[in-house]
Amino acid sequence: MTRAAKKRQNKATSKKALKKTAPSSNDCLRGRLQALVASPALRLVDLTQTLSPDFPPIVLPPEMGQSRPFRMEQISRYDENGPAWYWNNVSFGEHTGTHFDAPIHWISGRDLPNNSVDALPLEHFVAPACVIDCSAQAADNADFLLTAGHVAAWETRHGRIPAASWVLMRTDWSKRGDPVAYQNLDETGQHTPGPDPDCVRFLVNERDVLGFGTETIGTDAGQAAHFKPPYPCHTYMHGASKYGLQCLCNLDLLPPTGALIVAAPLKILDGSGSPLRVFALVPSGRG
Amino acid sequence: MRQREAKVAEATTRAKRKNPILRTPLPTLPPGARSRVALGLTAAAARGALELQVCRDCAAVQYPPREVCRDCLSSRLLWRPHNGEGELVAETVLHAAQELYFRERLPWRIGVVRLDDGANLVVYVHESVRGTPCRIRVEAALDRAGEAVLLAVPPHGSTDLSADPKLREMTCDPRRRKILVTDGKSAIGQAVVRALADAGAEMIWVGEAEPWKKIAGSAKLREVPQATVVPLDVTDSASVRELAGEIGGKVDILVNTADCHRTSAIGARGALNAAQLEMDVNYFGLLRLAKEFAPLLKARAADGPANAIAWVNVLSIFALSNYPPHGTYSASKAAALSLSQALRGDLYAAGVRLINLFPGPVDDEWDQLELPPKLSPNALANALVAALRGSMEDVYPGEVAQDWLARHRENAKALERELSEGNR
Repeated sequence: MTRAAKKRQNKATSKKALKKTAPSSNDCLRGRLQALVASPALRLVDLTQTLSPDFPPIVLPPEMGQSRPFRMEQISRYDENGPAWYWNNVSFGEHTGTHFDAPIHWISGRDLPNNSVDALPLEHFVAPACVIDCSAQAADNADFLLTAGHVAAWETRHGRIPAASWVLMRTDWSKRGDPVAYQNLDETGQHTPGPDPDCVRFLVNERDVLGFGTETIGTDAGQAAHFKPPYPCHTYMHGASKYGLQCLCNLDLLPPTGALIVAAPLKILDGSGSPLRVFALVPSGRG
Repeated sequence: MRQREAKVAEATTRAKRKNPILRTPLPTLPPGARSRVALGLTAAAARGALELQVCRDCAAVQYPPREVCRDCLSSRLLWRPHNGEGELVAETVLHAAQELYFRERLPWRIGVVRLDDGANLVVYVHESVRGTPCRIRVEAALDRAGEAVLLAVPPHGSTDLSADPKLREMTCDPRRRKILVTDGKSAIGQAVVRALADAGAEMIWVGEAEPWKKIAGSAKLREVPQATVVPLDVTDSASVRELAGEIGGKVDILVNTADCHRTSAIGARGALNAAQLEMDVNYFGLLRLAKEFAPLLKARAADGPANAIAWVNVLSIFALSNYPPHGTYSASKAAALSLSQALRGDLYAAGVRLINLFPGPVDDEWDQLELPPKLSPNALANALVAALRGSMEDVYPGEVAQDWLARHRENAKALERELSEGNR
């Protein structure tokens, strides 16, 4: 799809939302938004990995339930099964590729209201993002842990993390094109960066963020099964109705603050998460 | 070490390359029509056995297969294993034939054997059998159409059918063949690769799924000189299609070792997911491989001495009758067995043989709780190579497989009951 066609599609989607929020100034606001999206004042950044059979899913011991990787079977391609059309059947686990974690995903969030993807408030799907650059540390140490201290240092430079915003941990992990390097498994499990328990507690309790996003498979570090508590990011975030985004990419194209993230999971009944298209609206001059 | 190097050097010496301007010949088949009763011979040959009909009333051995006894006209004829001992009493060499298969292979030696217990048989004569009359042993084999034929071979010791330029076609000897082993990550897959390398395979492509999951033995596998690791995930149609595009036109033997084995009881939570995974590998995986590779193998079924000749599936004895502690796994293997029958018919149309192995419990992590005897991956791999070198299509390696097969043939319903009552 051309960039222009993509923009047309974006405009078409925004039209409906506007009708609801501002019926009186509908045309005027729509026109301004349309102009903004088309203008060089706003940059669109795709934060989504391509869904493909080669993209590695999370690894669990084989006797446990397994999340299915992305698979595609052709229905027809202008052939006897459908002369004029091409389409596929696809299958995958809810937590495949670039995906969204809803609170119900974790046991700590199981009894919360509106905790599955079909019940989440629509306004949460568009939110500001704070991007914490950990790429240098992650390059040195695959097991790098983001601490509350790192977050405090970031706030000193970029200001306080606003409530209801995404905190995205940039590690440049998504640049590891080889799935083996991306998984980074050895006999002691996975070695990928993530937040430490204190950091997550701080973001949840002191900053009331919307959620936490990473470039790795999982919002938690690869070794987080051995933390206290195990998987702190899942435990605390989802226990407090916060969300997760993982397997993001292009975080290096985002400014530390100022980007608006559009992340709307599929509306799956009782769904615990879903693959989704995540993109950022970045005012020009930022990043 | 030196011996091994010499072996490898010999194995890697390529056969003369094909002239690319000549048309690749189409396969022709030996005459395949058999009466239903004659298929009794084929049923035994498929397991590598020689069986002949014996009259229950007068004990006369029968040949060719028939409805009533040649001596007393009793209809009570039973298929019984036969030792094949006898004498080659006459021999002739065929120099003209109407059948295309034989026309392409003339001259062809045929003979008449008198078995020690009286029956006269028409046989193909092995090159190492010389002069009439002489003592011989009759063996059953499968020809390229998958039908039983009888061979006169020397009376003592094992016979190398590959040593005979004509009877070589009854085998699928892996020597100097190019072989795809679909999964080299399991203990069985690795043992199969080593056994095929030792048997003189020219080239072995070894499929590897999910490369991020490193497994023991992976580095050692890469040291096998003929082995090349290739990405292959049989649950991914695109992956199968891509590999078929890359090497499918070169594969002489496909050995499907891809296997997914879970041990959840059918009512267990999560059983459906586990069962889907098993079906995706064991059944749909075979279907994906068949769709992409079978047409390519068939197209090269008569491609000179380095032609496509065989397809091997590692199934399980649980395919014959469901073993409830491995209920979903048994079902997936039964599905694969059924599919392999369709594939076998398809491949035989071009003279490519499909061999199924039905091992009992294997000494691996998924059969951990099964009591011995358990089949070692090496024993399974050796049985696989022996089946390729010999002339059979159903292989039941190990004591458990043999025992279950015997019980299944004797009374399938009884075996079902025994297994469902936990009596392995």
